[in-house]
Amino acid sequence: MSSVFEPKKIIDLEQIIGDALAQKIPLEILGAGSKRAVGQPMVTAQQVSLVSFSGITLYEPEELVLAARAGTPLMEIEKALDQFGQQLAFEPVNLGNMLGSKLAQTIGGIMATNFSGPRRIQAGAARDHLLGVEMVTGRGERIKTGGRVVKNVTGYDLCKLFVGSYGTLAVATDLTFKVLPASEKTRTILVAVEDEETAISAMKDSLNSPNNVSGAAFLSREISKRSKVSYVSSANASIAAIRIEGSAPSVEARCCALKKILIVYGDIQELHYHNSMQFWKEVGNVTPYVDKVGVVWRISAAPTNAIEIVRKISNNLAIEFYLDWGGGLIWLRVIEKRNDGGAVEIRDAIKGHGGHATLIRANEKIRSQVPVFQPQAEGVATLSQRLKSSFDPTGILNPGRMTYSPGPEHAN
Amino acid sequence: MEMPGPDPEIIGRRENIIKALQAFIPANSIIAEEEGLRPFECDGLTAYRELPLIVVLPENADQISRILNYCYQSGVKIVPRGAGTSLSGGALPLADAITLGLSKLNKIIEVDYENRCVVAEPGVTNLAITEAVEDCGYYYAPDPSSQIACTIGGNVAENSGGVHCLKYGLTTNNLLGLKMILMDGQTINLGGKHMDPGGYDLMGIVTGSEGLLGVITEVTVRILPKPPTARALLMGFNSSEAAGKCVASIIGAGIIPGGMEMMDRKAIHAAENFVNAGYPLDAEAILIVELDGPVEEVDYLTDKVSEISCMAGATFVRSSVNEEERLLFWAGRKAAFPAVGRISPDYYCMDGTIPRHRLPEVLKRIADAAVRYGLGVANVFHAGDGNLHPLILYDANKPGELESAEAFGAEILKLCVEVGGVLTGEHGVGVEKRDLMETMFTEVDLMQQQRIKCAFDPKQLLNPGKVFPKLHRCAELGRLHINGGEMRFPNLPRF
Repeated sequence: MSSVFEPKKIIDLEQIIGDALAQKIPLEILGAGSKRAVGQPMVTAQQVSLVSFSGITLYEPEELVLAARAGTPLMEIEKALDQFGQQLAFEPVNLGNMLGSKLAQTIGGIMATNFSGPRRIQAGAARDHLLGVEMVTGRGERIKTGGRVVKNVTGYDLCKLFVGSYGTLAVATDLTFKVLPASEKTRTILVAVEDEETAISAMKDSLNSPNNVSGAAFLSREISKRSKVSYVSSANASIAAIRIEGSAPSVEARCCALKKILIVYGDIQELHYHNSMQFWKEVGNVTPYVDKVGVVWRISAAPTNAIEIVRKISNNLAIEFYLDWGGGLIWLRVIEKRNDGGAVEIRDAIKGHGGHATLIRANEKIRSQVPVFQPQAEGVATLSQRLKSSFDPTGILNPGRMTYSPGPEHAN
Repeated sequence: MEMPGPDPEIIGRRENIIKALQAFIPANSIIAEEEGLRPFECDGLTAYRELPLIVVLPENADQISRILNYCYQSGVKIVPRGAGTSLSGGALPLADAITLGLSKLNKIIEVDYENRCVVAEPGVTNLAITEAVEDCGYYYAPDPSSQIACTIGGNVAENSGGVHCLKYGLTTNNLLGLKMILMDGQTINLGGKHMDPGGYDLMGIVTGSEGLLGVITEVTVRILPKPPTARALLMGFNSSEAAGKCVASIIGAGIIPGGMEMMDRKAIHAAENFVNAGYPLDAEAILIVELDGPVEEVDYLTDKVSEISCMAGATFVRSSVNEEERLLFWAGRKAAFPAVGRISPDYYCMDGTIPRHRLPEVLKRIADAAVRYGLGVANVFHAGDGNLHPLILYDANKPGELESAEAFGAEILKLCVEVGGVLTGEHGVGVEKRDLMETMFTEVDLMQQQRIKCAFDPKQLLNPGKVFPKLHRCAELGRLHINGGEMRFPNLPRF
């Protein structure tokens, strides 16, 4: 068991990293640890937990800004926002159940991994909502970037580098982000569709109409059955789901307009407030795969390529899938057992389509044998490595979590 | 403002450099005569001018790659340039650097309605993207005021905003992919038509990097279906405090308008005299609030916003009755800069962002400073997101006035930082705000930013002299400082 640091002050964190730097001790950086099982497996001697950096430090609803310490539980932030009818518009997802973790995720962990929910297509990703970060780099230096205002082009936007860096560049201590009003009303139109191709067309027509759609997903008949929303589970059909949110008169009007567009694709039902909330939570949290074993992949692709990619994969691999982001996000579960979790088939199928496949759920053995993140072209990989070195020259922060290096048994 | 001194060795090699470029660049794409170089001597920040060593206008990405590789091999600096509309001197030439103009890469490569995106070369203007898709009911959301002229490549370099970015985001929030060429001539692809690729967000760091990291040769942007209705509300107030309160109340009520602009008395009068937009001349401040969406939503929100503005003490409220009137309300705002240009021989446009609720205090202190400097000032404000554009009025022909205006401007920007804001909201640091960077960042912050520059451009040949107040060599920045090598705090609690 490795030792765990739980620094309470930034100066303590600077010292821990400074010491690790001097002694070349690799550190595992953790929020709550709910997404610890995502990434290449690491060997680290010590853990640094940010849970003591907790609490909201600034919240000005009328300025649409909230700042919190990195280890603040998301629940605490959502509770504070709720009191003023606001939200994190990128719709943070909770992959804990799917990953087999009961830990309550922190805002630092959410930003470090850049997972965004169904509303991503309308409101942007986690990356689009981070305004400022204070962090300690792998050099043991405390730096800050950005600020508390949305409009800011002063210097390089290091927020973007922090988001999605899985703790490999710097350890965030404080984050400031943009918050937005939550919608007064939400409604979801369910269309019973023939197949995934019909669903792609239905989603495209909805997203291409000026109805400001904030969710567009496709679930096969089999996957629909797993929903806790009875309208969905009892539909006994594959469904395309389209969400609209906003003020009451606006939602009514857009709902009418969309139904006219969608009626040609199949029978229509509507989900209102609670059912709609529940449904999109399931889509975002990958709930359909919670009680199912097997490797889970997350594939980001151009919506028009989704079907072809999935077909190619299923020619060689037993899988199931559902689509979010209008087809731009494929959640795929590999049903059969493969030593590489199906990595070869999946990445081959993506080739030429410009997508990215990330292995999200797999045991440590599989994760140690395949690249968890999409392998990059040489130029991009070199540049990424140089950026990593600029922040963390000795590679002590989450070493190897994002980079695959074949072990001796795989080397030629 | 001091730029790095030109390297006489490079200037001495000028003829050889031209000759070397002629081997792979058509002669008519190389400008070397003084009258040809003159139009490139400055960008939108006209107070600073310098003739470039030469100007090269490549026709395609391959030529750019070869130019950069040649410059990399032979140690020649490059200043990339789009339309040259930068207000911060981002494209200011250097006497010992090639200005690389991207105006010939001006084609829209693909319009993809199914995936709702446009792929364009960097020299395509911002407005041309919307024009290419508007017949089918789409538009590209970021709309900087210079959108007729500014290019999409320049927009990426500066992370441009516009009046609609509170609701629709800046350039960085509307980008899907980039193709760019690094200083050594190597081409890299970032993103594509899909969202949130894994790995470090290189596209995010390149956006707003002011031409210091690479040369963009292809841009993929998201396009949006155009809202069916847009309506503007024009409101007048007795004070900027009241107008500011109205803005806070609108947002507090959960409404995010498509645009929300404020102008002060001086700006109102200048604009009204210029375009007759129907602005109330007795108001101390006006607000233009634009609501967009389905007509039912716009009707509903118009009532709500009108009600809020009355509660906030509006002395004048008018909602546009047709598209013509909506555009007229905007015409005054969009012409505010040239309008101010009519009442003063010269003006200097500032671009700080502040937390919105500090506006009354900031305006008061700007007014006090204006008296102290003996200069006039008109204020235009992206009220929704706190981006303030004070326009300092001066006369460059009066000795010392330019220097006074610059000192006044620096004081305003320092004030923005002091109240919790930033030096630049959308115009960029360039050369203009370079020496103020230390008011916002520590030496350590800036050194980390420069290490990013070194990762992309280790010889520091791309757009030198911009953004960073002090230049460090990459080798020096890379050095690691370890204290002792011993564990300094063995008694820290370990669990």
